[in-house]
Amino acid sequence: MSILLFAESENNKLKRNAAEIASYGAALAGELNKDCVAVSFNADNAQELGQFGVSKVFNVTNVPQQFDAHVYASVLTHYINSLGATHIILGSSADAKFLAPLVAANTDAAYAPNVVALPHEQQPLTVRRTAFTNKAFANTTLTAEVNIIGVGNNAFGTVEQAVDCVVENGTVEHAASHLKQLSISKETGKATIADADVVVSGGRGLKGPEHWHLVEDLAEVLDAATACSKPVSDMGWRSHDEHVGQTGKPVSTNLYIAIGISGAIQHLAGVNASKVKVVINNDPEAPFFKAADYGIVGDAFEVVPVLTEKLKAFKAQS
Amino acid sequence: MNILVCISHVPDTTSKINFVENDTQFDTNGVQFVINPNDEFGLTRAIWFKEKQGAQVHVIHVGTAPADPTLRKCLAIGADKAFRIDTPAIDGMAVAKELAAFVAENPYDLIIAGRESIDYNGAMVPGMLAALLDIAFVPNCVGLEVDGNNAVAEREIDGGREKLKGSLPMVIGGQKGLVEESDLKIPNMRGIMQARQKPFEVLSPKGSENTTKDVLFEKPAPKAAVKLVPADDIDQLIELLHKEANVI
Ligand SMILES: Cc1cc2nc3c(=O)[nH]c(=O)nc-3n(C[C@H](O)[C@H](O)[C@H](O)COP(=O)(O)OP(=O)(O)OC[C@H]3O[C@@H](n4cnc5c(N)ncnc54)[C@H](O)[C@@H]3O)c2cc1C
Ligand SMILES: Nc1ncnc2c1ncn2[C@@H]1O[C@H](COP(=O)(O)O)[C@@H](O)[C@H]1O
Repeated sequence: MSILLFAESENNKLKRNAAEIASYGAALAGELNKDCVAVSFNADNAQELGQFGVSKVFNVTNVPQQFDAHVYASVLTHYINSLGATHIILGSSADAKFLAPLVAANTDAAYAPNVVALPHEQQPLTVRRTAFTNKAFANTTLTAEVNIIGVGNNAFGTVEQAVDCVVENGTVEHAASHLKQLSISKETGKATIADADVVVSGGRGLKGPEHWHLVEDLAEVLDAATACSKPVSDMGWRSHDEHVGQTGKPVSTNLYIAIGISGAIQHLAGVNASKVKVVINNDPEAPFFKAADYGIVGDAFEVVPVLTEKLKAFKAQS
Repeated sequence: MNILVCISHVPDTTSKINFVENDTQFDTNGVQFVINPNDEFGLTRAIWFKEKQGAQVHVIHVGTAPADPTLRKCLAIGADKAFRIDTPAIDGMAVAKELAAFVAENPYDLIIAGRESIDYNGAMVPGMLAALLDIAFVPNCVGLEVDGNNAVAEREIDGGREKLKGSLPMVIGGQKGLVEESDLKIPNMRGIMQARQKPFEVLSPKGSENTTKDVLFEKPAPKAAVKLVPADDIDQLIELLHKEANVI
């Protein structure tokens, strides 16, 4: 009996969120007195999961380098069945959210996504998850034999807890792909909204795409991803990929900086899960101030360049 | 081509979220329910296939009678037939099993669902449905072209896009981008009149078991008041973010 977690990788290296998923799995395994086992795909550094409490990794090497949900799900299904795993832990990246429902269907599992903490009850297994697009939490019971927990980004954090870790590189018979990849376009070397620790987001208050250097310069200093409100992408000032909110991408970073965004309910719904929110807006009545932790009432065109310069100096000396 | 569009019926995006019965039930009082925004993009794309490629478009919802006006709206927008499987939607897997059983008996070439429902936020039903039917699935779908038995779909990934090719039948989880917002179909008078004549079937469920259940809801704790920093004292903000919030 064990807890099985999926550690994501890209270009043969574990992704950053693998540490958080490993930490969550190890903590749960500790509570339940079970083994914590991970599955990774083509990860050269799978060993590093040991730093976060994972004692065994099955690193599968006969699967496509490029994420393929159908294939990966069949491999995870194989390990769930062969290990008799009862608790399956996945993250909330686009890929993990693609995989989880497939694995759930393959193993007739119960699945709760967007989970924000360790289960607060084991009998029946009960987790706390965000619902109604972050406007509420639901306590959800999972009562199947196999239960899948999808951990929200940055919801648990990483906990270092080094243990001996055995990596078994191997091959598994798996399903054939359902889909053929024709092309992929991905900005490399730029933090993505899903992966970044910090997101800097701009709204209609920035008046036009020609002013986006304000957002980009600040983001660069903070190693942050850039995002925008819906009207900004609707008007074509920024690409749709940057649209965040209830109908765009969800954001749950450690720090979210909103510049010239009013804080409409649909925007807040999608970004509220972020830990610390900073708002820069020249209207003291902007609703975003009610949801923010820190705020500056001021003109973005004056405030943001100063903030960027001062942060640069701060980063240089720390 | 026969297309099935899976419709989820959700509180309007501006709804205030409250709970009743000791916080075990969503308070529907005064809440306006709508077609899940992601499903609206899918439905509009389906109607496009109907207009351009002669597709038949059916819509389906697993749920109870209060969703009927939402399904009628889909008919008014241009769907040809509506189905409702008459059982409360409690668990994504149970919903997917009901849908899979329906599709096993009534095959479709293309099944369009939404990326996620904005109430449950599971992003689970379409993937589960595809896996139960053992057919291809494209989530976060922002583009879809069908030519005969072949489909080319584009999906949003973290930081970019991926273009995929597969053969029908296929399930997609659609979202904005599948069609533009300005192209979303809204019912006109003629559509609303026609919808009354269109077939609408209520089906009995297969009784799929629920293995997840929301037993208690909580609203986030009220937020402490924002700390305002004067616009001419940016150093203070940096200090707070560094020392107090620990995020830089
Ligand atoms: C079904 C539906 C779904 C939606 N989904 C989303 C979603 O997912 N994401 C989303 O973002 N929106 C969404 N919206 C839209 C949402 O309701 C708002 O219209 C939108 O978020 C407003 O964007 P904004 O804050 O950039 O613009 P505005 O509301 O126009 O706000 C601009 C802000 O900039 C400030 N400002 C102006 N000049 C300056 C300056 N010089 N310096 C500093 N501040 C300045 C103003 O005070 C104002 O507060 C949705 C709407 C609907 C109906
Ligand atoms: N009760 C339901 N009946 C029909 N389709 C549904 C139902 N619930 C979810 N769906 C479909 O699955 C998509 C994703 O929903 P969810 O998995 O709940 O986030 C929705 O956009 C719908 O297309």
